[in-house]
Amino acid sequence: MAAVPSPAAGTAPLYGAYGIVKRFGDFKANDGVDLEIRAGEIHALLGENGAGKSTLMKILYGLLEPTEGVVTHKGDIVQLPDPEAARAIGIGMVFQHFSLCENLTVAENIALVMPKTLSGRALAERIAALGAAYGLHLDPARPVWSLSAGERQRIEIVRCLLQDPRLVILDEPTSVLTPGEAEQLFSVLERLRDEGRALLYISHRLDEVRRLCTRATILRHGRVVGACDPQGESARSLAALMVGAQVGAVTGRAGAALGPPRLVLDRLSLPAPGLHGTALADIRLTVRGGEILGVAGVAGNGQAEFFSALSGETAAARAEAVVVDGAAVGRLDINARRRRGAAFVPEERNGHAAAPGMSLSENAVLSRHATAPLARFGLLRRGAARTLAAAVIAAFDVRKAGPDPAAGTLSGGNLQKFVVGREIQAEPGVLVVNQPTWGVDASAAARIRQALIDLAARGAALLVISQDLDELFEIASRIAVLHAGTLSEPVPAGETTREAVGLLMGGSHA
Amino acid sequence: MTLDIVQMVLVTVLTAATPLILAAIGELVAERSGVLNLGTEGMMVLGAAAGFAVATETGSTLAGALGGAGAGLALSGLFAILTVGLAANQVASGLALTILGLGLSGLVGTGYVGMKRDPAPHLHLAGLSDLPLVGDLLFGQDAFVYVAVALVLGVWWFLGRSRAGLVLRAIGDDHTATHALGLPVRKVRVLAVLFGGACAGLAGAYLSLAYTPFWSPGMTAGRGWIALALVVFASWRPLRVAAGALLFGGATVLQLHAQAAGLGLPGQALSALPYVATILALVLLSLGRRQGGSLAPAALGREFTPHR
Amino acid sequence: MRLDLSPRARRSAVLSALSPVIAFAGAVLVGGIAVALLGVAPGAAFTTYFVIPLSEVWSLQEVALKAAPLALVATGLAFCFRASLWNIGAEGQFVVGGLAGGWIGVATQGAEGFTAWILPTMLAAGTLAGLAYAMIPALLKVRLGVSEILTSLMLVYVAELLLDYMARGPLRDPAGFNFPQSVPFDPAARLPYLMEGDTLHAGVLIALAAVIVATLVLARTLFGFEVRVVGAAPRAARFAGFSDARLTLAVFAISGAAAGLAGICEVAGKIGQLQPTISPGYGFTAIIVAFLGRLSPPGILVAAGVIALTTIGGESAQIDLKLPLDLTRAFQGLLLAFVLGADVLARYRVRLVPGGPRRTA
Repeated sequence: MAAVPSPAAGTAPLYGAYGIVKRFGDFKANDGVDLEIRAGEIHALLGENGAGKSTLMKILYGLLEPTEGVVTHKGDIVQLPDPEAARAIGIGMVFQHFSLCENLTVAENIALVMPKTLSGRALAERIAALGAAYGLHLDPARPVWSLSAGERQRIEIVRCLLQDPRLVILDEPTSVLTPGEAEQLFSVLERLRDEGRALLYISHRLDEVRRLCTRATILRHGRVVGACDPQGESARSLAALMVGAQVGAVTGRAGAALGPPRLVLDRLSLPAPGLHGTALADIRLTVRGGEILGVAGVAGNGQAEFFSALSGETAAARAEAVVVDGAAVGRLDINARRRRGAAFVPEERNGHAAAPGMSLSENAVLSRHATAPLARFGLLRRGAARTLAAAVIAAFDVRKAGPDPAAGTLSGGNLQKFVVGREIQAEPGVLVVNQPTWGVDASAAARIRQALIDLAARGAALLVISQDLDELFEIASRIAVLHAGTLSEPVPAGETTREAVGLLMGGSHA
Repeated sequence: MTLDIVQMVLVTVLTAATPLILAAIGELVAERSGVLNLGTEGMMVLGAAAGFAVATETGSTLAGALGGAGAGLALSGLFAILTVGLAANQVASGLALTILGLGLSGLVGTGYVGMKRDPAPHLHLAGLSDLPLVGDLLFGQDAFVYVAVALVLGVWWFLGRSRAGLVLRAIGDDHTATHALGLPVRKVRVLAVLFGGACAGLAGAYLSLAYTPFWSPGMTAGRGWIALALVVFASWRPLRVAAGALLFGGATVLQLHAQAAGLGLPGQALSALPYVATILALVLLSLGRRQGGSLAPAALGREFTPHR
Repeated sequence: MRLDLSPRARRSAVLSALSPVIAFAGAVLVGGIAVALLGVAPGAAFTTYFVIPLSEVWSLQEVALKAAPLALVATGLAFCFRASLWNIGAEGQFVVGGLAGGWIGVATQGAEGFTAWILPTMLAAGTLAGLAYAMIPALLKVRLGVSEILTSLMLVYVAELLLDYMARGPLRDPAGFNFPQSVPFDPAARLPYLMEGDTLHAGVLIALAAVIVATLVLARTLFGFEVRVVGAAPRAARFAGFSDARLTLAVFAISGAAAGLAGICEVAGKIGQLQPTISPGYGFTAIIVAFLGRLSPPGILVAAGVIALTTIGGESAQIDLKLPLDLTRAFQGLLLAFVLGADVLARYRVRLVPGGPRRTA
């Protein structure tokens, strides 16, 4: 891989990045990365979470300055001190976490990045024209908070295309879309490619990459570990490149021997919390001991509200709406539910499941003070907390620096192992987990999934909310779909398909 | 005759409302950009002291007004460095600013206690100013009043109609998203804070140059805090700030008249009225608000640290 | 050049302890420049402010007498501020506490026989009154979502006017030649002096005890843990099952009680009667003390001493050097600003990075 634009490649690529190094403190997020992007191609940037994809893309968009290395445009070295500079040389970006202001309208959000001289009416006309041309319809007057994830992404794309970019960077664009919405996106992307634009497609979803892209650069631990034509590779070979080693599949499967009902939801309904939340409507469900019920769904369809209603962070209107091991707990708080044998793992590690600035032993107290002997007469038993934390650390192979470090100093995977382990250590009869392996490296993810299956095998009832269908098909015995705050009838995982679940995620009740 | 009394009352209401309008409209801009500056009282009182000092030394009310605004601006500059530059806690920094402003105003004002000067000149347009009922009200005020009105309209136009105002609102709504788009979050916030500081300083200068007109220590008497409450009360809308300030000015005038009329209530009870009224206004506002929805700028008071 | 802040995973302990010292040095430096501009030699001013008060027994006692209410109020406020709740009305709670307790002192003036109950009752009344007064903003926040910042502050003015009215009106000494003050309390209604013939009263011990108790509560109890979690990670606190509303009421109760107790200690200790004004702004200065002490009770004790020192020093500087008292207040405000600014060192890695054209490989 050339350290400078290589004359051997013929004409210079449309955009290039050479020898990119980006340090955050001692950590090298990018370590000598080279990348060339040509007009009329959809170029995949593949890698696991934390491989350095987002860092590289932010450098290309002028959001980060590389510690070393250069970016080129048509062979000339360019400076990108800010996104304005990147936009000026034709680079546009569609963010994964939408950079939209929720309380502004669609048109206002788009106007933020348009030339100062453009009038409101002219802008509305251009939005309409573009929408008609690409099938990206938007109501300019709507406030963003009232829109679905798919519609929000449309704003991002329209905003990007209005600047007529030569390169469009897309960061995990399908992670918030239903399979149907993803299909629509693909046809837009193919059209853009056919118009001669370059696209940089960042993803870890191998099927999409193989369908869309003709070239791929693969990153691992901040370095380029390979380049290939994804259409000539198998998903397995791509995965091996990304992960660097074969990841063992989980063993055993939940749901072999079913016990009594341990978690029962009866007509659970909750009003939407605030302007931007989702209401839950009439959710009924029974999870038996020994099984894992998977709840699929696109983000923003009520997952957070559902989790909160199960955990007791939001109380239900009726006690019978949530029943744990025969006890009606709908009106009880989270600790009362824990005392009845339930345990919970929220989606967000930092700041929800754990307080990042506090030590691991203090974080053990956080969720276990009601269910473990960690306090007596209101006084903390710090030795007992350290012992509990040490037990979790040993059982889940949590890698850390120092004897009792702050939770925030752990890597995502290790903190997630600690957080899941902390709850499993209580041997709960009911465990509710929201996104068990979100943003976690493959080996930690495998370990966590195995632990969940083992817990079910010991007779616990598990409810796992996940956006990752592969994960659900791997561990769940039954799968239901959460869409717009309603839950579909659970079906055995072995009797359904990704396509059928995907349809439900999109809201069609086939 | 009765018309004259009505007009006189309306004029008093307007004068009592003017410092609140000036301070609140500045704070509103800062808060719409996402910065909560609780130092309004400090900037205002320093503006009052500095304004009076400069006006006395130069003999010019205009120079005094500019001096007051400049003092507020300088103090808010310190706040901007702390909260925008160093990501310090906005609430605590605002309190520091209040304490510092009160102390500095005492230092600046020491030599001027007990001095008096003529109040700021009032407009007089032959014919117009002599109209019954509205003549004095519309055409017979000092320049501060007209500046306050112009600022309200200007800020209303700026936030609702201009592109820069859109950028400011967007930054106040979500600094992470706007930073990702490459908008200058910290620069806009610094400018908004400075504008708020200048307005608060001008409000203070109005007190010592037009309203009383003399300097006495601590003369703002909580008006800076009331201005802060007004911004909340007005749901961060410029025109409502003006309306709220007029209501408040009305309450103040009522209190003064009640005190003069001698209703048998102790003077302290009447003096407490504006503060109790502020609390009541905030309570009524939250009672009237629908559950869950907050009208505050979404990023208000949150720290922001970009790193590249 | 541009300032680049990247968050530390964990606060640096060394810099956490060092940053108030750096801030103090910075504020002294700026204060020195201000003093020089006022025509006084900075060295002499420094001696008057920070050295002389420490060199004599009577002034040391004065420092302790000033530091005690500051430490007591600030310790209570630390609970609020740690939980990111902003009770800035401690001044009002202080005044109401002094008024309620002092009222008993006035009412029992001249009582005969068994009088040992009077002082404890006064202390309890002051504490409860401060607590109750703090409940107003707390309940308004919990029930209606009204900003506690504005309500607690507005109630300061109301409390001050109430005391002013009571001291000039109903509670005025009828035989006092129309002076706006109450009858002097009986000895049974006064805090005992620690040493015969000195000014140091038992209020200092109360403050000291409060600091020790607060230290233990924050570090060693589940409730202290709750306070720390709510401030550091509010969602995690909800996950832990800690209720926002309950905690809000609890920390307001603690800070209001502490301020009320400090108020009655001041009235029953130093002043000995009710006056229209009983506080030189302890409730506000305590906010500075709380932050200067890094919201930790032992740190607050040190900070209260430092601030008391500048106040006593400021009084002598006014007499000896003709430096205005407002200089002290300005210095204290500046000190708080510096403390908050210096805190960035503990929370972030601060680097100056070149903001101009980047280096190319």
